[in-house]
Amino acid sequence: MMEPGLYHILFISAALFFIGMYGFFTRRNLITMLMSIELILNSVNLNFIAFNKYLWPHKLDGVFFSIFVIAIAAAEAAVAIAIIINLYRSHQSIDVETAEELKY
Amino acid sequence: MLALLTLVSGVMAVTTRQIFRAAIFLLFSLIGIAGLFFWMRYDFIAAVQVVVYVGGITVLIIFSIFLTQQAGELLPKQKPARQLFAGLAAFSGFALTMLQLLQHSFTATRESSVEPSVENIGMSMLSVETGGYALPFEVVSILLLAAMVGCIVIALRSKPVTI
Repeated sequence: MMEPGLYHILFISAALFFIGMYGFFTRRNLITMLMSIELILNSVNLNFIAFNKYLWPHKLDGVFFSIFVIAIAAAEAAVAIAIIINLYRSHQSIDVETAEELKY
Repeated sequence: MLALLTLVSGVMAVTTRQIFRAAIFLLFSLIGIAGLFFWMRYDFIAAVQVVVYVGGITVLIIFSIFLTQQAGELLPKQKPARQLFAGLAAFSGFALTMLQLLQHSFTATRESSVEPSVENIGMSMLSVETGGYALPFEVVSILLLAAMVGCIVIALRSKPVTI
């Protein structure tokens, strides 16, 4: 068993990214699609941190990128959930197939 | 071990048919990622991950599930063709990425490393010199403010409609 290194972390983050992508393709419920997006963003964070740790340890760029990604993901999740709840109030459903019209 | 936790609960989060269980599996997956950050000695990022994702976003998702979903209701079963094609697309993308990754060799720098402590992060977060991150910090602050105001506006808009 070799010491876990950069390639293992990159493998995990790639796997997580494509798990999120699979969920995004198959799910038709807005909340679960949002959860898939969270998985994708987390895999990106993992990637930034791994590159920062193993390739450029003399700078902190990856840390800042992941902090900003986390902040933007939080904002995005808040806005998305506000939209979802509003959509549920007007349509009684959060399925993407039923949300066809832009303006009600 | 942590990787196994992360990946297995990630898979369960996107395949389980009960939406509440999906949220709980997502929680475990995010905790696994935070553990990976701890393992890489990036304590600050791990703490931010726990606070924002595990504490904030998951609770938000669970509340929105409570608001929009009837209890005990299963998600409708997906068409097998769609599942098949999504799995195929995801797997081929993963295989392509791994192929590229294994053929590539990274070269690390030889310079001495900076400790990713809270002090260093804070010092360069607010420094206005070259390489400082004061401007993106302010931009992200404004973005968060705008997002919160936008949430309130969206949530308020449908009040007059429901007499």
